[in-house]
Amino acid sequence: MQRLKYVLSEVLVGLWRNVTMTVAMIITLAVSLAMLGASGLMYLQVNSMKDFYYDQIEVAIFLNNDVTDQQRSDLDNALKSDPLVAEVIYESKEQAHEKFKTMYADAPDLVNAVKPGQLPESFRVRLKNPEQFQQINDKYKNNEGVETIVDQQRLLDKIFNILGSVQNMALLAASIMAIAALLLVGNTIQVAAYSKRREVAVMKLVGASNWFIQAPFVLEAVVAGLIGSIIAFVGLFLGKLFLLDGSLRDLTELLTPLSWADVLLMFPLMAGVGALVSAVTAWVTLRFYLRV
Amino acid sequence: MIQLEHVTKTYPKASRPSLDEVSVGIEKGEFVFFIGPSGSGKSTIIKLLLHEVTPNQGRVVVNGRDVTSMRSWKIPNFRRSIGCVFQDFRLLPNRTAYENVAFALEVIGKTKAVARRVVPEVLELVGLGGKEHRYPHELSGGEQQRVAVARAFVNRPLILLADEPTGNLDPDTSIEIMRLLDRINRTGTTVVMVTHDSNIVNQMRRRVVEIESGRIVRDQARGVYG
Repeated sequence: MQRLKYVLSEVLVGLWRNVTMTVAMIITLAVSLAMLGASGLMYLQVNSMKDFYYDQIEVAIFLNNDVTDQQRSDLDNALKSDPLVAEVIYESKEQAHEKFKTMYADAPDLVNAVKPGQLPESFRVRLKNPEQFQQINDKYKNNEGVETIVDQQRLLDKIFNILGSVQNMALLAASIMAIAALLLVGNTIQVAAYSKRREVAVMKLVGASNWFIQAPFVLEAVVAGLIGSIIAFVGLFLGKLFLLDGSLRDLTELLTPLSWADVLLMFPLMAGVGALVSAVTAWVTLRFYLRV
Repeated sequence: MIQLEHVTKTYPKASRPSLDEVSVGIEKGEFVFFIGPSGSGKSTIIKLLLHEVTPNQGRVVVNGRDVTSMRSWKIPNFRRSIGCVFQDFRLLPNRTAYENVAFALEVIGKTKAVARRVVPEVLELVGLGGKEHRYPHELSGGEQQRVAVARAFVNRPLILLADEPTGNLDPDTSIEIMRLLDRINRTGTTVVMVTHDSNIVNQMRRRVVEIESGRIVRDQARGVYG
């Protein structure tokens, strides 16, 4: 109890003694951890979007204008008995036109310009495994009556690639900030060890245990890491509140919404990484500057 | 109590060893002076006994324990059985005499209650009764060294190491410190003192080990400097 009190008061004194450096350290840690949290959220988001959209995407097999009933029913039978196919829906010209009208209800000029019967009829095919588009394409592209085969997955892949590279950039920025943060942690600990060199020398002399000598310094770094992660969490919280649910609302609704649970889930991640990485850095620094 | 067996210590980049094949034994309760000119290697002995440095060759045995091969995590505990006093006192300037001694207890896990009982007692022993709450800068050199001795002795160590404890003190004050060390020695504590203060060595008439260029050149039971 006695020693715990001593260690804790040393931590507070230590953080306060060098307050500008402490603030710089906490801010860099916070920014770095916020980036980490954001890229973590993006990762979760991309995964949930993949689950959501890959479940819905279909391969569209558009038919020629002059397709015969025979060709159509042959193709229908072939698709229905195909082991790669999960589900087949036929979409007639009229249905296509209806769908077109609802999709572009905002643009009546466009809707009026397209007459029923101008849009091609199609088979909407859901694959058991969305990755197997190529096989379907090879199999049916030369069938009588088939105009083109379109894979909606390609379109989604492009979106996911963009999200993926944004995520990578956030991770890269997080690691660069992390390097700066670690150097600052190391430096802060060095300064702290220097300003307490007399106490440390006496402690070694009278046989204080190594952990007792090092604990205040390591805990100083851990506390800074935790404060940084709290600030980073508040940043993510505000970002969700004002950006995603605020000004970027339309975009968010287009994608799958980001849940508060996911944002909350980032806190233990950031706190854990922040505390652990700071502690290890401090400990390594001490091994060099505080030879016991 | 203390055994040095063929100990050789060469510091990195040094041209010749600080200690060269030194063997010496010290019994429990002895009072031993290590004397010799500056750079003769006598301070290295203190560092070896504290495990601040390790020998290149030979064995250092303190209190039945081989210090040379001691695991690093065992060193702190080992040091608790050794008290240490230096020429520059090494007191914490922002703490009073009482707090300086209590600090040594607290950092090895003793409670405040233990400190309240033991610290006034040991400050009284070293002759600082009534000056417990003075800061080091409010004390004379001799009084500061008494605080350092109190801190070294508060744990009742088996061994007291003193590295030129009178180096910063005038002759009269030096003799007072020596009386104090002598008193501590009479409680059964082994005292090892490194010095080049001939006056003191001549007055005390204790065992003298003279070192020159890293070798023992004299070991006399009731010796003088010179």
